[in-house]
Amino acid sequence: MPHQQRRRGTRARAFAGTAAMALLAAGCAGAGGTAFGGGDALNVLMVNNPQMVQLQKLTAEHFTEETGIKVHFTVLPENDVRDKISQDFSNQAGQYDVGTISNFEVPFFAKNDWLHPLDTYAEQDTAFDQDDILEPLRDSLTAEGRLYAEPFYGESSFLMYRKDVFEAKGLTMPPDPTWQQVAALAARADGAERGMKGICLRGLPGWGELIAPLTTVVNTMGGTWFTEDWEPQLTSPEFKKATRFYVDLVRKHGERGASQSGYAECLNNMTQGKTAMWYDATAGAGSLEAAGSPVKGKIGYVPAPVERTRSSGWLYTWAWGIQKASKKSDDAWKFVSWASGKEYEALVGETSGWADVPAGKRASTYDNPAYREAAGAFADVTERAISRADPKNPGTQPRPVPGIQFVGIPEFTDLGTRVAQEISAAVAGRQSVEKALATSQKLAEQVAKEYR
Amino acid sequence: MTTAVGTTPQSPPRPPAPARPKRSGTRAWVTRAPLLPALVFLIVVTQLPFVATLVISLFDWNSLSPDERAFSGLDNYAYVFTDTALRDSVLNTVLLTASVVIATVVVGLALALLLDRTFFGRGMVRTLLITPFLIVPVSAALLWKHALYNPEYGLLNGALSGIGELFGDTDPAQPDWIADMPLLAVVAALVWQWTPFMMLILLAGLQSRPAEVVEAARLDGASAWQTFRYLTLPHLRRYLELGVLLGAVYIVQNFDAVFTITAGGLGTANLPYTIYQTFYQAHEYGLASAAGVVVVIGTIIIATFALRTVSSLFSEEATRA
Repeated sequence: MPHQQRRRGTRARAFAGTAAMALLAAGCAGAGGTAFGGGDALNVLMVNNPQMVQLQKLTAEHFTEETGIKVHFTVLPENDVRDKISQDFSNQAGQYDVGTISNFEVPFFAKNDWLHPLDTYAEQDTAFDQDDILEPLRDSLTAEGRLYAEPFYGESSFLMYRKDVFEAKGLTMPPDPTWQQVAALAARADGAERGMKGICLRGLPGWGELIAPLTTVVNTMGGTWFTEDWEPQLTSPEFKKATRFYVDLVRKHGERGASQSGYAECLNNMTQGKTAMWYDATAGAGSLEAAGSPVKGKIGYVPAPVERTRSSGWLYTWAWGIQKASKKSDDAWKFVSWASGKEYEALVGETSGWADVPAGKRASTYDNPAYREAAGAFADVTERAISRADPKNPGTQPRPVPGIQFVGIPEFTDLGTRVAQEISAAVAGRQSVEKALATSQKLAEQVAKEYR
Repeated sequence: MTTAVGTTPQSPPRPPAPARPKRSGTRAWVTRAPLLPALVFLIVVTQLPFVATLVISLFDWNSLSPDERAFSGLDNYAYVFTDTALRDSVLNTVLLTASVVIATVVVGLALALLLDRTFFGRGMVRTLLITPFLIVPVSAALLWKHALYNPEYGLLNGALSGIGELFGDTDPAQPDWIADMPLLAVVAALVWQWTPFMMLILLAGLQSRPAEVVEAARLDGASAWQTFRYLTLPHLRRYLELGVLLGAVYIVQNFDAVFTITAGGLGTANLPYTIYQTFYQAHEYGLASAAGVVVVIGTIIIATFALRTVSSLFSEEATRA
């Protein structure tokens, strides 16, 4: 008997070992979620930005404690999370209940019926206060009259400049600059300090890199990617003018190595005092004003430069979408409303400081004295930039689909990246703007065919 | 792979294979049976996905338009062969692979010859020379992009201005390396990373060279060049073949350097990068699969030809010698 018992023990251990290995394998295979989360937990797939990581840390203690709903997070870098959400949602696999999507995905995800509409929840949940969400964000997350996602934070774009350098050189930044004024200022600020360039603009290929700021310039100079009837306009005089302006400006007074500089490189240049101005995301201000930043307090913020439109800042938001196939949409709403709610902002403000609050989505945040004190330098300009952004009508002519710094169609991730590669080569001086746009027009023509 | 290589000229003729005793069928199966699971596993993990890829490549399938999935025959293949971006990326892949392999073999051989001699601190030098190969590819690419090529704070331009200052030049040339020579920038980073690999293989070859033969050549009055040309090089043949083959197989697949250093811009996109873009960004499953199939077929053809050329080249050498 003892012999037999021992054998059984070994077998049981071996079985447990195998089961553990299988579990591990399932986890490693990238299936994520379900293997560990158990049947009752909510599975959330989100991007690995600092604000999300903070949310992850606060969830167990503050959300699960209160509601009894366990949350299992899968956290991935931006490109991977987009890919994974697209795959899971497009197959309606239901592995993830909630995913971080943006105003780019909402229109076509909604059209394909991959998202759970949230308007009923938002109406019933008065504590959530849907009307407090900034209107452009609310609109950009609404498709065909129904609300499909709730923002976690929002951003627009604006112009950042070195107040001290401008003062020393006797330059004045107009409160609402035009691109021509910015180009003139860039020329004069160029070389203001040893190794300092006039302006930093993205030149790195990618639909989320070079294309974002460039498209806002195209919009305000009267251009568009497509007409209302899906005629590509990349070789139109306005698109050419804007692209030539952008490429010339960055080649003459922009950062060195511009064709390889994106958001991160420009942020670095600005922090290191290598550039006098920077036109980019409002989210950049948080890093420039962070404790320990060498340029903290030296930066001035003005709205995105314009030419023919009233404003030209872009609009972007990381937002929570609930998958249509999810069987836990009630619990999912509880999580979404908590993460996007006022209480959560207050919780972050109290636990780690108001400058860290996932902002840019609620009007009440900008009325909050504690937030105003921490983010005073850029809070107003950010709020104004977001409120003025109009994804449905960002330029001088009607558009086929909403979007300011992108065209809201699934093909744009590829089209934008390939066009960006052409324009980046123009930024590097390897081909003319005309040639880059002629090639791009052909690429756009292929995409447009599917929609006409 | 080794079957195509042929036999070395120096090897003595093989003794005739011993006649195998005839085994009964069952006996043979008893020996084979334990291997069957491995065979099945191999088929499941390598061949089934390839068959799936073949099938998918016949569909017009964009995961973001699920309702429009349809059988499209060979349309994807037609697109692969007519699309200029894809054709350019094929050309880039060939250029990139050939130049990196040739450069690494030449530099690796030179380093291996130097390391084959005994000198003080050889172990340390060898370790230092191997280091680039041990670095994670993506960090190596990042290192080149930022620490070396960056025109603002990169080491290359820093060195240029340092040298300029020495000679009283206050405004020395500060080239934008990646923008001025994108493909060369990628090649340089890859050569740096892959040279140790070639060096190691060739060094192993050199150290397996019988010392007495070299000694005999020296006594017969062969010059250093003659020894290298007629003894060392033929001896290294298999090692060179191995290095070229493995190097080519790995470098054809290179993704990290292109992705990190130029993000596929400035005309440097190679096939793996283009397929990645088609699959992950455009979500064109059918098209990406077709491109993948073309790559596999292309690689097989090129590898076969390359191997034949190399081995016939050396057998000619052998007959002449």
